[in-house]
Amino acid sequence: MTEIPEEILRRSAEARAKATGRDVAEVLAEMRGDDSPSSAKEASIEQPTATAAAPTAPEKPLPTEEIPEIPEEILRRAAEARAEATGQDVEVVLTELRQGAPPSISPPQPATAVASQIPVDPPSSIVPEVAPTASGSAAAAPVEQRPDLATLAEQTGIPAHLLERSYRARAKAEGREEPVPGEVDGPVSAPAVAASGAATGSVSTAAPVAAVPEGVRTQRLLTVVKAGAIQQVKKEPTDKVNTWPHLLAIEFVALMVVTVALFVFSAFVDAPLLEFANFNDQPNPSKAPWYFLGLQELLSYFDPQVAGVLIPGIGLLGLAIIPYIDRNPSVKPSDRKLAIMTFSFFVMASGILTIFGSFFRGPGFNFVFPWVDGIFFDF
Amino acid sequence: MANGNSNGRPGLKIRVGEALGHVRESEVWSSIFRPGSPFRAGYSDSPRNRSYVIMNNVLYHLHPVKVKRHGVRLSYTLCLGGLSFFLFILLTITGIFLMFYYRPTSPAAFNDVAALSTDIAFGQMTRNLHRWGAHLMVLTVFLHMCRVFYHGAYKPPREFNWVVGVILLLLTLLLSFTGYLLPWDQLAIWAVTVGTNMAAYTPVFGSQVSFALLGDIQVTANTLLRWYVLHVLFLPFIIVVFMAVHFWRVRKDGGISGPL
Ligand code: HEM
Repeated sequence: MTEIPEEILRRSAEARAKATGRDVAEVLAEMRGDDSPSSAKEASIEQPTATAAAPTAPEKPLPTEEIPEIPEEILRRAAEARAEATGQDVEVVLTELRQGAPPSISPPQPATAVASQIPVDPPSSIVPEVAPTASGSAAAAPVEQRPDLATLAEQTGIPAHLLERSYRARAKAEGREEPVPGEVDGPVSAPAVAASGAATGSVSTAAPVAAVPEGVRTQRLLTVVKAGAIQQVKKEPTDKVNTWPHLLAIEFVALMVVTVALFVFSAFVDAPLLEFANFNDQPNPSKAPWYFLGLQELLSYFDPQVAGVLIPGIGLLGLAIIPYIDRNPSVKPSDRKLAIMTFSFFVMASGILTIFGSFFRGPGFNFVFPWVDGIFFDF
Repeated sequence: MANGNSNGRPGLKIRVGEALGHVRESEVWSSIFRPGSPFRAGYSDSPRNRSYVIMNNVLYHLHPVKVKRHGVRLSYTLCLGGLSFFLFILLTITGIFLMFYYRPTSPAAFNDVAALSTDIAFGQMTRNLHRWGAHLMVLTVFLHMCRVFYHGAYKPPREFNWVVGVILLLLTLLLSFTGYLLPWDQLAIWAVTVGTNMAAYTPVFGSQVSFALLGDIQVTANTLLRWYVLHVLFLPFIIVVFMAVHFWRVRKDGGISGPL
């Protein structure tokens, strides 16, 4: 039996105790020890990874009509599985199931019972209540007999090596080294088989839910998966606030401030409009828009191919590939001195060049002092 | 009867309030404002509604429902990306207004722009907003890039968004530059002449590049039409596509970077 986390065991025990009206501690002890017949019965329902122990006769046999409604599609799925396993007609099995009748394969025929049960193996089955519990669990004991496997394979159509593997896995899970027929389940399953044989099918079918009062749901633990395997918490939880109002309010203010500033500025400063375009009259100096004036300034120092094409081209490309060059993972300014200095150098250089080209260049793009010769610049 | 008048009828304030209340409860109103909108009747300030404000609004849902606390500090982003986007929208609105009065043909273009300040209500104001907004946008985009750099916000997983950003910067400059020609005055044509002369120095393909840009061997009316189409249609379309990718990546890359 695999390790089941303590709190899950406890929760399950509590639910079961509540459902059956017994003491939690008692149920818990039973589940832990897994030794008493009644606990074994329920363990097979709630802890499928546990021994496929045989159920015993229910404490309070239920009359047939108290079988709770089983959803149609589950019933059908169960019927199909059983029909496939036993080679019967689906409809026939379905009718049987509907009537709560025992499976036509009677529990006392171990080999056949096994055959019928392998595909709807109780431990992993989603329909333990529907699956004929009696025979299903009775099957648990015969499975231990190795020689059955070949016959089984033939009957079920399941490859022998798979049966073998499942048998081994179960043996291992139960802590058996070598399969000794009946050894583990012996004390429990022997009476269990007898009991389920004795019990009528309908009762044993209803058995797992028998003691559950109406309106109480018991939970079934299908499997326990260690959290680490499928759930990975990648991110530390971060301190977050609602976008509304915290961010939107700030954005709204920023937007208003800029809008107002722009309106005020536009109210007082008109966009320039010089004379009509005249291709025969080039103004001196002729300047590009301000964001290109750094480049135009470079034209004074370099060949046009360098200043006009090479530098902006390399600049843009270099800008784009920064993330692929800077492999330093840290974002702390103190760790990024070189990157920050380099970038700042280029930003300042282009800023200075732009300011220079804008304000310190006059006619003929010659150097001027704006406060002496005036400003040769238009937005 | 504090709000009542001498007739014993409720005061105007109360009646208007009631009328507004009815409007807010009307089917029309609540069909417009989706659940969680603060404009809807019965809005209350709950965590659930705070989420709905964002999720149920076509514009706000660019945002995540929650953001990192440091991200809302004005000093972190300085709102520069957001303002770039806002300026783009402002430019779209004012630009559409300007398009109503502008023909991209040789003398007409200049005359139409000149007429904005004399014949058209709010023409000058709109033109001013458009022009200053455009210059401001170049500035905010550039500053936005700087702040992204200084925060190291281009580091994995945001490398590609930086590249998208560089494309946006280029597109912003191109939008501004193409718009620069449209007034068709001395400033426009000579600035564009100087600017495009640089492109003519492209090794090997210089003259082809220049011709593709100008639609001629020098700036002519062909250039005007070409740049007009680029300015009002092609480039805005492209930049919107890249902005969509940009914003989407900001979200997909885990929201705003940081804290430092
Ligand atoms: C039209 C131009 C642009 C617009 C409208 C724009 C818009 C935005 C917005 C709204 C954000 C969210 C954070 C913030 O506001 O700072 C953002 C983030 C970002 N932007 Fe831009 N951007 C533009 C240009 C650029 C440029 C030129 C670059 C870099 C070359 C860039 C790189 C980035 C990066 C890497 C982020 C993620 C930052 C972070 O996670 O902290 N963007 N952008």
